[in-house]
Amino acid sequence: MEEKNLICINCPLGCMLTAAVEGEAVVSVTGNTCKRGEDYARKEMTNPTRIVTSTVRVSEGYEKMVPVKTREDIPKGKVLECVRALKDVEVKAPVHMGDVIAENIAGTGVDLIAAKEVRKI
Amino acid sequence: MENYDIVIIGGGPAGLAAAVSARENGVERIVILERDRELGGILNQCIHNGFGLHTFKEELTGPEYAARFISQAADLGIEYRLNTMVTDISPKKTVTAVNCEEGLFEIQAKAVILAMGCRERPRGALNIPGYRPAGIFSAGTAQRLVNIEGYLPGREVVILGSGDIGLIMARRMTLEGAKVKVVAELMPYSGGLKRNIVQCLDDYGIPLKLSHTVVDIKGKERLEGVTLAEVDEKGKPIPGTQEFYSCDTLLLSVGLIPENELSIGMGVELNPVTSGPRVNESLETNIEGVFACGNVLHVHDLVDFVSEEAKTAGKNAARYVQERSIILIPGEGVRYTVPEKICVKRMEERLTVRFRVGKVYKNCYVSVYFGKERVIHRKKAVAAPGEMEEIALTKEQLMSGPNLETITIKIEEA
Repeated sequence: MEEKNLICINCPLGCMLTAAVEGEAVVSVTGNTCKRGEDYARKEMTNPTRIVTSTVRVSEGYEKMVPVKTREDIPKGKVLECVRALKDVEVKAPVHMGDVIAENIAGTGVDLIAAKEVRKI
Repeated sequence: MENYDIVIIGGGPAGLAAAVSARENGVERIVILERDRELGGILNQCIHNGFGLHTFKEELTGPEYAARFISQAADLGIEYRLNTMVTDISPKKTVTAVNCEEGLFEIQAKAVILAMGCRERPRGALNIPGYRPAGIFSAGTAQRLVNIEGYLPGREVVILGSGDIGLIMARRMTLEGAKVKVVAELMPYSGGLKRNIVQCLDDYGIPLKLSHTVVDIKGKERLEGVTLAEVDEKGKPIPGTQEFYSCDTLLLSVGLIPENELSIGMGVELNPVTSGPRVNESLETNIEGVFACGNVLHVHDLVDFVSEEAKTAGKNAARYVQERSIILIPGEGVRYTVPEKICVKRMEERLTVRFRVGKVYKNCYVSVYFGKERVIHRKKAVAAPGEMEEIALTKEQLMSGPNLETITIKIEEA
């Protein structure tokens, strides 16, 4: 059995977690303060995921850029592919919070949505 | 001059939460003065997620967190002025501000809430030797350039300081295609949240060098590289540990300082440790009716706590305005009054004010002025120092004038 040390990223506490791993399976998690810590450790050891936030260009808007985020967390290995896919994306104002900016980003099945309102000039 | 019950300086998270709370506690005349062209403050450029776990029990991005409070303020009809720079606040709470529509103008406030936030410590405060080429930015400036203006400040980056903004920018620059070579931290521990080290540095293989600092800057027009060195426990560079990193960009994330020029100008006492105002349990400064909250008071790491603190400041400012006293002034012919002050909120429905005149009057009038307006003018055949006089004021009367500050009682001869 192998022990892996992790820091939980769910909240600012940043608990130091220890996950006991047997092959591919997580046998136990210690050091967590709440349930989310255990879930994080299990996920981080098997399928680590992240929410991705970035910006895309807006035309005819009151702002030049609109912040965007993945609606849910996506596999960590897909993060760079996700931001690369945004490189040439431009949207037209008005943009509303929650508008889908790109569907099924990087083939993750997760949509990328706008995180701010941008009015038309 | 315009009059408001509460003037809030700054429309970021602290100012917004304070305004919402003051309105919810019953104050009508509130205005937020904001120097940027939109409300929300620095949250607008903090596009990463992780905000609001305490307040909303979900993980929001900065603009989303701001939008929640902006819409609360809008629903409550709270007034605000954008592109408006406050240049001075007097100890008597006269706020001087300037904007393009109104020019220079003054607002008289009954209470002031300081919510100006903080500023980044600049390069000049660090004593880094070397030239001053282009390519050296504070992390927050770089964040604004990338997230708001849509520019990438450079391609090869070194970051000095491991404050949260620096860590967040290490990831942000990486995602935008730049190569972040290293984050150097003078202290033997990181200045940022652990979660940010994991998800901003470790995720992207960016090394964090603790007990390291920049000892030289190379480049004259544009930055060409920096030299890092390890430091001893006193923060002095250790000879022989220098290492050169070529880069076109150096980001500084070396601390935040509350922005208190206005506070100092009006005579607010500061705490030398926080660089923010000294406050009591109501978050009131040494000047009565002047409150402070958010990063102008002390630098926070979680916006949720800023909102919570601002809510307290807003509530107490509301209470201060409501419990503020009207001053009774003994005017012409009146020697004194009992009482000398009236707190409208606490008074009974009807209050008898007693006083004595200074000499014998015949066929005179006892007059009562609310501010400059005469509201009672009662004929009196004889008034003498030996006989105590009285007038009655009702709560209703005192509530009717929104800005009643003084009541003068005087004797007017016929």
